Amino acid sequence: MDLISDRGRRVQVDELNTTKLLAHAAKQTRDRKFDDVLIVDVDAHHYENENFGEILPFMENEVLKQLAMAARSKGGRGSVLPSVPGYQDMGGRVTRYPLRSTEKTDPGRLRDAQLGERWMDAMGVDYSCLFPTGMLNVGLHPQKEMEFELCWAYNRWVTEVALPQTNGRMFTQLSLPFGDPEGSLRCVETFGHRKGVGGWMVTTVRPKMPVYDNAYMKTYRAIEERGQTLAFHSGPSWGDHTFQSCNRFISAHALGFSWYNILHCTNWIVNGMNERFPKLPVLWIEAGLAWIPFVMQRIDHEFMLRPSECPLLKRKPSEYMREMFYSSQPMEIQDMDALECTFRMIDAENSLLYASDYPHWDFDLPSTIWDLPFLTDKARHNILGGTAHKLFKLPPRNEAQKQNLIKYGNYVEC
Amino acid sequence: MAEQFVGKASEFKDGDRQIVRIGEHEIGIFRHEGEFYAYSNFCLHQGGPACEGLTIARVEERLRPDKTSMGLHFTNDMNFVCPWHGYEYDMKTGEHVSNRKLKLRKYDVVQKGNDVYVVA
Repeated sequence: MDLISDRGRRVQVDELNTTKLLAHAAKQTRDRKFDDVLIVDVDAHHYENENFGEILPFMENEVLKQLAMAARSKGGRGSVLPSVPGYQDMGGRVTRYPLRSTEKTDPGRLRDAQLGERWMDAMGVDYSCLFPTGMLNVGLHPQKEMEFELCWAYNRWVTEVALPQTNGRMFTQLSLPFGDPEGSLRCVETFGHRKGVGGWMVTTVRPKMPVYDNAYMKTYRAIEERGQTLAFHSGPSWGDHTFQSCNRFISAHALGFSWYNILHCTNWIVNGMNERFPKLPVLWIEAGLAWIPFVMQRIDHEFMLRPSECPLLKRKPSEYMREMFYSSQPMEIQDMDALECTFRMIDAENSLLYASDYPHWDFDLPSTIWDLPFLTDKARHNILGGTAHKLFKLPPRNEAQKQNLIKYGNYVEC
Repeated sequence: MAEQFVGKASEFKDGDRQIVRIGEHEIGIFRHEGEFYAYSNFCLHQGGPACEGLTIARVEERLRPDKTSMGLHFTNDMNFVCPWHGYEYDMKTGEHVSNRKLKLRKYDVVQKGNDVYVVA
């Protein structure tokens, strides 16, 4: 088929075949013997809007369900989710966006599961955490009851329809309707025990998000008691007041992903949440890594001057930050010395979790971790899957992976 | 050095491309403005299929003499783009357009009559 290029010119490209597109990734997998390494991708995506026909009927409230389903019906003029302007596909330069609909899959099995297996196999990924795409903007919805309904329906669909079709290779950190604290707790209590649920995800793109509010403490406690994770997934929001000064998508995107995690991580730390919930594993997702040393230095500095504003802290903020978890993508790899310093400052060997973010435009392959010249073998194995294996209790898929988990001190019974 | 037949020049229209393999080499051959250009198909970023994506004109921002911007415009220079992440290369040199020190390996293209070969 052809894609639109400059001045309306059409350029012929092949139909999308993920296995073919990622043939070079498969070569990397073979060359590095990734089959022997347990690789867990803690942040991969699907386009759940393609499944809204199945998801929306899971909404509970009949009136809101009718509104949402009618909006999507032929001739409907409404929209289910808030949209954010942007050019993720770079004007078609990243061809898997415009070509996505051309990829063929077999009937009778969830398309997302089939596509997932193709890229996971190519990259050597054993397990991936399935996150939505459009629903990362659910926090911008003006109706908190609609946010709850959409999260509820999505969580039901993921656990009842999607995960059972993935041969156990996908897991989830389900969506918390954070605008509705009581609804968030209800989700944890209802879905927390379901198979494949490793934790909970808060989308951080919101007009206001007080992570320290007393209204959330029961939810945090419930997640902690279940031994699950709490993940904050960032995103860009070009329409946000803060970013309306950006006249290029690159600016809003580069800053936005980091900004929302900077904001909420700072509030999380300053309010002593790590002291309140010391056994709750907290993940900060898709903001890159460079922001972490920045926040560590800024907050450590002010903590020494203004301790009376954060009396719950018994140690420097950076020490708490080193005990949380961070997904690796999109890893800033332009200055190797700076990256090495970042890895040291965040204790990456124990805190960093590999993430691809596939199929999004700035995905990272496992080789981005494996090939780093300053890493020890233990660090490579930990980051690519060993640490996630312990967090999410994902069993090795072959004996070589098990032996490597044992060798590097990561093996736990699953 | 091995020569690999690519195709008939008469069937290789302007804007067309072919991917050929010679041993470990994987090479993208473009025809652009009547000339042939051949580069390694392994992107310098993460190893993606650098030559298999969109070809698109380079973008420039034009300034007036007083340094005010006239906005973004397509030029007449052509780039090709790695479809994995958007690494953008100069069609005539194989250099990354943001960092000219990053350069794809270039291969010679030989035309014998109507037959086009790439040399690796």
